[in-house]
Amino acid sequence: MKIRLDHVVKTFETFRAVKDVSLEIESGELVALLGPSGSGKTTILRMVAGLEFADGGHIYFGDQDATDIPVRDRGVGFVFQHYALFPHMTVAQNIAFGMEVSKVKREKAAIDARVDELLRLVRLEGLGGRFPAQISGGQRQRVALARALAVDPKVLLLDEPFGALDANVRRELRRWLREIHSELGITTLFVTHDQEEALDLADRVVILKDGHIVQEGTPQAVCRDPQSAFVMKFLGDANMISAEVRDGKAYADGAVIDVSGMADGKAELYARPVDLDWAPAGPGIAANVSRVMDRPDGRRVIATTETGAHLELDVEPERAVKAGDIGFVTFRRARVFAV
Amino acid sequence: MGLKRTGRRVPRIGDGAFFRRTLIGIVLVLVALLILAPLLIIGVEAFSKGWQVYRDTILHPDTRHAIMLTVLAALIAVPVNTAFGVAAAWAITKFDFRGKGFLLVVIEIPFSVSPIVAGVAYLFVYGLQGLFGPTLDAYGIKILFAIPGIVLASMFVTAPFVARELIPLMQAQGRDLEEAATSLGASGWRTFFSVTLPNVKWALLYGVVLCNARVMGEFGAVSVVSGNIRGQTNTLPLHIELLYHDYQAAGAFASASILALLAVFTIIAKVALERQGAGRVRPASNPAENAS
Repeated sequence: MKIRLDHVVKTFETFRAVKDVSLEIESGELVALLGPSGSGKTTILRMVAGLEFADGGHIYFGDQDATDIPVRDRGVGFVFQHYALFPHMTVAQNIAFGMEVSKVKREKAAIDARVDELLRLVRLEGLGGRFPAQISGGQRQRVALARALAVDPKVLLLDEPFGALDANVRRELRRWLREIHSELGITTLFVTHDQEEALDLADRVVILKDGHIVQEGTPQAVCRDPQSAFVMKFLGDANMISAEVRDGKAYADGAVIDVSGMADGKAELYARPVDLDWAPAGPGIAANVSRVMDRPDGRRVIATTETGAHLELDVEPERAVKAGDIGFVTFRRARVFAV
Repeated sequence: MGLKRTGRRVPRIGDGAFFRRTLIGIVLVLVALLILAPLLIIGVEAFSKGWQVYRDTILHPDTRHAIMLTVLAALIAVPVNTAFGVAAAWAITKFDFRGKGFLLVVIEIPFSVSPIVAGVAYLFVYGLQGLFGPTLDAYGIKILFAIPGIVLASMFVTAPFVARELIPLMQAQGRDLEEAATSLGASGWRTFFSVTLPNVKWALLYGVVLCNARVMGEFGAVSVVSGNIRGQTNTLPLHIELLYHDYQAAGAFASASILALLAVFTIIAKVALERQGAGRVRPASNPAENAS
């Protein structure tokens, strides 16, 4: 089912949580809403679910205007960050709940068969008789997903689904959710503040800030071509150097970057640690090494420039560099944004 | 990690044996003097003139009527206040609306107002010289000095009990479960009975037990509105006072023993409920914690 948000607005008391958001999610797509806290991503998800109502604009499911359809009749599966499993029901009863309260009456045997099928899908065979308190966090979230899928939702919505889990379980569940999505092909929208999670999992990433969309695109597009300093900083570590644009070139602390087409004026130059390198000779920014941090996949060098700024750069594991070395920070690539 | 055995123990407040014993001693003496002694006296005095007098007092028509009236008041006031408490707690914790803070304060009022003030207020509202008194009288409806007044006063005094038990618990539980149930297609009623109620049932029963205890024991408000008509509008607490003023100490204590018995029964129910409630917290040990 295709979802379309058309100029959606939501205000809480006096706080504009969502400002004029328009977005299309194709049928079968897996889309991430990514943003820092307070960016409105959860509010958007809850409006798509019908747990909140939009103050303005429309939400369409396919061709149907779903803006005012209550959550009960909207046919969405919603997975909560803290699982929201019914604590007084067993895993099997939790999964069966949606089928039991459904307006479509089902035979007891049919419900049991479907519960077994879903337990197999989420790989929790044999745990149907446990209570939520008796299983692990990762298992609980899988039960929550099975429960949401039991009602054959048109759309699957997940609110920070792995936020409460530890890193390893998280990575594994991420892979597993991707597999389930390929298997079922259900239109899925999920909210996260974790860039890695969004980039790993989604077909398309929608980046939000202060209630509006700042950039959307495939993980490749948003990573390779960030359109603003915010997106650049939010997606990963980035060094910022004040720069000045003159005649199609950006000058920053002795480094010169070609920015043909950009208007003259003050600008900010951004470069990720891998975009920078360390060399004994220029051209580049003169600096001395204040610290080297070793990591499994390389070495991170903290260099202090003559103006006192700290730049972080990544070099290969074999590179001989140590604190106190004097040399130059050179640029492999950089992005310049006007301020 | 415990402290190292060789390490110096960090002194805590009240760590000394003298302090500890004194504190426990004071508490025990106060409990004995203030709580246990009066309870024992009730038992002793009730039977001071023998079993026969005790039986006669209990079976006296006035006493029996007082017991009946007290039970009747409880039978009406407790269910009404339970319904009110559940509705109020549900509204306050699961919905946002204007005047929510005001409602929370209003629910608390019966707790902070002296019951006798409540009684006098009812007198002014429903009494013959009161606000609705003349109108009600014209239609032949009698509220004061009759059973409706007693029930109303009892209800006023005990209105917050159930709501006060439920609100903190339901607030802590949040709205996730209800939202999950609705998103799965459950109606409001279904959500309430299948999801909300099972998760608050022990707190609810606890509130009902406390409410019941208070209805049966209420004296101040009821004494103002009932008119103290022997055998007609006397509840058990009022009856005890009457007997006492009539210098029928044994009778008063015998009736009091019934009330005390009701109270003991309530406490047993409360303890049993707390045990059950504790069972709600499932074992923390979780063999599958890191499996996924």
